[in-house]
Amino acid sequence: MASLKDLRNRISSVKATQKITKAMQMVAAAKLRRAQTAAESARPYAQRMESVLGNIAAAISGGPDAPLLLTGTGKDDVHLLLVLTAERGLCGAFNSSIVRLARERAVSLMNQGKTVKIFCVGRKGHEALRRQFEKQIIEVVELRANKGVTFADAQAIAEKISAMYHAGEFDVATQFFSRFQSVISQVPTGQQLIPATFPEQAEPAAGAAAIYEYEPDEAEILADLLPRNLAVQIFKALLENGASEQGARMSAMDNATRNAGEMIKKQTLTYNRTRQAMITKELIEIISGAEAL
Amino acid sequence: MANFPFELVSPEKLIYSGSVSEVVVPGTEGEFGILAGHSPFVSTLKPGVLTIRGDGATKKLFVRGGFAEANPQGLTVLAEIAIPLEEIRPERLAQMIKDAEEDVEDAKDEVTRAKRLVMLEALKSASAAIQADGHTAH
Repeated sequence: MASLKDLRNRISSVKATQKITKAMQMVAAAKLRRAQTAAESARPYAQRMESVLGNIAAAISGGPDAPLLLTGTGKDDVHLLLVLTAERGLCGAFNSSIVRLARERAVSLMNQGKTVKIFCVGRKGHEALRRQFEKQIIEVVELRANKGVTFADAQAIAEKISAMYHAGEFDVATQFFSRFQSVISQVPTGQQLIPATFPEQAEPAAGAAAIYEYEPDEAEILADLLPRNLAVQIFKALLENGASEQGARMSAMDNATRNAGEMIKKQTLTYNRTRQAMITKELIEIISGAEAL
Repeated sequence: MANFPFELVSPEKLIYSGSVSEVVVPGTEGEFGILAGHSPFVSTLKPGVLTIRGDGATKKLFVRGGFAEANPQGLTVLAEIAIPLEEIRPERLAQMIKDAEEDVEDAKDEVTRAKRLVMLEALKSASAAIQADGHTAH
């Protein structure tokens, strides 16, 4: 049986832990708000980009001079998996669910006899994948030094990827990240980047029915915009990931704080019981000693 | 003059949204002014100064990389970088020009070299225009 002193120590250590998890939860809540606004304010750009590109792509696709980024290489032998994860842990199943999705895809592709290459963004994903896929990981980018994600980060990643693509190092690229739905629900998602895909437009946007005039011509605009679109898609994924990470951390830390509270309650109960038992024991000793006289 | 809705969007946020009477956009094939009721038109941007004329004072911003989409409903400019002229620092411009110069030297084939050279020239003239503008403003 633990002594009173042990119990006291245990309670105070759990209390200290609870303070930390509580603080982390509050920090995550504040960061979540910022990450969410960042993700929301990036949305208009990505949407407009998508709609304009969709318009142009629909007009030009199938043409002989359609750029490679849109049409693909015509093969799907080598797959590049871009795995976007966080730099830090202690955020529940956030990192592991993204990694699990990517790992499942990688294994199923390898079973089909395809070659898989992995591009890790974020330390946690690299740590989790490097045991199983040591040979497949070709590139690791850590964003630890940066405070928030900037468009320049996404652009640097996009440039690396398109350079690899033009060097013929892979045929299909897919990115894995966590889509932010709400604080308690983040959905790990895989999105194909290359060849570019556009959501089907239910109805052409107002004015799209009219024929646009392009300056310079469509092919050149497309060649200019597709690499930008790559960067925009990655940027969007990074921002969604940022919001998801904070959301996941917030709920994980909320749980941890609650568990610590329960643990403190239980320990305090045991502590009080032990203390009372000791007092009773001492009393009995004194009384029986007095009676013996 | 008739006004029309105009939006300037960067990847990080919506920079400007409002009703304006005229916008001058630095397009790859030359600057162009957009008035209300423009026919559908898409153009890529070169580094340069975008001018917004509205009911209030004229606003000028340095923009770089992206495209403009105009239609009778309004104008949308998507720029990777957009900084109001008052906030831009000469060092930042000088750095951009330096980077562009290095890009020109690093270019491997003639086509990219020519493209990057055009980019560099546009940057230089934009920077000159901004500095001239700064002098007249003071």
